[in-house]
Amino acid sequence: MKLFIKNGHLVDPATGHDGKMDILIEAGCILEIAKSIKKPSAAETIDASGLIVAPGFIDLHTHLREPGQENKESIESGAKAAARGGFTTICCMPNTDPVNDNRSVTEYIIARARKVGLVNIHPVAAISRGLLGENLVEMADLVEGGAVAFSDDGNCVMKADLIRKALEYAKMLDVPLIEHPEDHSISGEGQVNEGFISYKYGLRGILNAAEEVIVARDIILQSRIQSRLHLTHISTGGSVDLIRNAKKSGIRVSADATPHHLLLNEELTQTYDPVYKVKPPLRTESDQFALVEGLIDGTIDCIASDHAPHTRDDKNKEFEYAPFGVIGLESSFSVIYDRLVRKKKIDWKRLVELYSTNPARILNLSDRGQVKPGLPADLTLFNPDGRFIIDPKTFRSKAINCPFNGWKGQGKITYTIVSGRVVYKAD
Amino acid sequence: MKDKEFKQAHLLGIEHLSPDDIETILDTAEAFIEVSTRDVKKVPALKGKTVVNLFFEDSTRTRSSFEIAAKRLSADLINFSASVSSLKKGETLRDTVLTLEAMNPHIIVIRHAASGSPYYLTTFARSAIVNAGDGFHEHPTQALLDALTMRQKFGRLRGLKVAIIGDILHSRVARSNIILHRKLGNEVSLIGPPSLVPGEFARMGPKVYYDIRKGVEGAHAVMMLRVQAERGAKNYFPSIREYRNRFAITREIFSLANRNAILMHPGPINRDVEIDTTMADAEESVILQQVTNGIAVRMAVLYLLKGERNETLH
Repeated sequence: MKLFIKNGHLVDPATGHDGKMDILIEAGCILEIAKSIKKPSAAETIDASGLIVAPGFIDLHTHLREPGQENKESIESGAKAAARGGFTTICCMPNTDPVNDNRSVTEYIIARARKVGLVNIHPVAAISRGLLGENLVEMADLVEGGAVAFSDDGNCVMKADLIRKALEYAKMLDVPLIEHPEDHSISGEGQVNEGFISYKYGLRGILNAAEEVIVARDIILQSRIQSRLHLTHISTGGSVDLIRNAKKSGIRVSADATPHHLLLNEELTQTYDPVYKVKPPLRTESDQFALVEGLIDGTIDCIASDHAPHTRDDKNKEFEYAPFGVIGLESSFSVIYDRLVRKKKIDWKRLVELYSTNPARILNLSDRGQVKPGLPADLTLFNPDGRFIIDPKTFRSKAINCPFNGWKGQGKITYTIVSGRVVYKAD
Repeated sequence: MKDKEFKQAHLLGIEHLSPDDIETILDTAEAFIEVSTRDVKKVPALKGKTVVNLFFEDSTRTRSSFEIAAKRLSADLINFSASVSSLKKGETLRDTVLTLEAMNPHIIVIRHAASGSPYYLTTFARSAIVNAGDGFHEHPTQALLDALTMRQKFGRLRGLKVAIIGDILHSRVARSNIILHRKLGNEVSLIGPPSLVPGEFARMGPKVYYDIRKGVEGAHAVMMLRVQAERGAKNYFPSIREYRNRFAITREIFSLANRNAILMHPGPINRDVEIDTTMADAEESVILQQVTNGIAVRMAVLYLLKGERNETLH
């Protein structure tokens, strides 16, 4: 089975491509890349004129809710949402029910993902058993079972000693720890960013410091260990500064930011609409700008959605009682393209680094994040001029809790290809 | 009674009222004060209208005040009380309200521990919504009855200095009063430990003081807030003893205020915690007058909202 993609503009920072290229795919892998390839016989052809062809996008932070909360999302619906959003590879967080803290849950997720067969799904296992922050999971066994990273995500490990041990032990396995930096003793029952708006509207606040003290703690621990540390959904200007300085002094650390923290701010929480309730909270406009700066100068390595599906009923209640989280798989690329690439904050090359090259590097997925003969043909094709509307009615996710609902602009995913197979094609 | 222009569909907070709206409510309340002095304390203004008291927090005084206000306007009133915990376990707020709405009430008065709940109701309910206190956010009828009490004493609502002392961070009474007095151009000082009075409150217009003597100086109204022991448990201050020593109102501190100053408290008071017991009973204390005015203000609010259902929604 052959797939022939002709006349597309290939952008791949890993291999240095940035120009019109034809691509021939055979048996799921890239066979040939050249300025002009004669159309082979018996090949399905995609005319990619006017489209950008990029190595398949990777989202290293999603919640698929399976096993346990399939009313919110499932591996199947999450995979469909990922495919529609241009993602060929996603990682799913371990806060399922049961928690993914043992090999059988990891293997279950992988088996389910294979059965669904749309996009590559890699489980992120818990750091601590039961996400309780006390005892390490069997990390080596989990890696053998298919876990690509470890994270206690929202249950950020409070014991510095446990994080130290986890970083040290994971060094042997060469897999990253993905840290959701939040000091729970500071964030407490906080609902929104702490500051003028939380005070004015009478909502409990979450200080910037709740994130920054953990970012600082982890950087300090990591400076000696030099394992693989990834800080996820960075939300404050202070965190950006800490990470920038750490990188300058040679500490091995990477970071991502979400589209909602990059493009939205706390002003929206004044409406008491739970669709804007998320952890970390939407911060100030100046934090938002600092994140974009970090994205431009390389402090922030990639974009992750923290896709967190909830049912309509979960989010249709008093702000304080609604759960934290927004979905983003189906909006991530379009809103970032429209607001950051079209507005010339970042270029195509940087965009592909953020969505593909860098997440592949962070996750140590050596055969992903680049378009090269012999490697699996995971490709994302998008139309930079294609108009989009973020419309919950069109979501393939089970959830609609997306803070970008109603947004319009340009930059539309047209094809998502996983191992040479088209798993999504725009209407 | 002469009807004044009042275009609000709900009373969600002081934030949405214009200075004219505030004056209109207070003028209407003044007129209703007379009703409460009659032998037969009833007018037919809201005859045939149904008011639901929907209280998700324990509150005897505010709930009773709204109940008496509605009854003196001849409205039919039902009390619906539910603890927040039972709500969390079972029926959602939305389902509770939709059920009540199916009985076609005209006005829903809501008290709820979650800030913003009254706004949430307006997204799906057709009744006029009155906020009787939402979380730490607003308690508009309290600020209005406080304003009425000040106007009675000083004959005006402008050119005043209001000092608010205590747990500003967790106080909806404080927020509504700050907003109201800043709208009217009055000077507001907030007094308490920094853990309970974050400096950012200054962006709403008041001055922040950590020294009660400085904050109270020259104030026309000295407003004490109830101190919750649980704040001490969460280390907002080390002990009630230390809090009292620094922030309780005593005769000596009160004497620094304007010579005609009044002492206010939204109640229930903690004698000898935030308020020296002799001060609670002092001549300058208007705490019970505030309670009396509460009924007139709530009558005015219910009357001005007229209980007109918004039938265009849905």
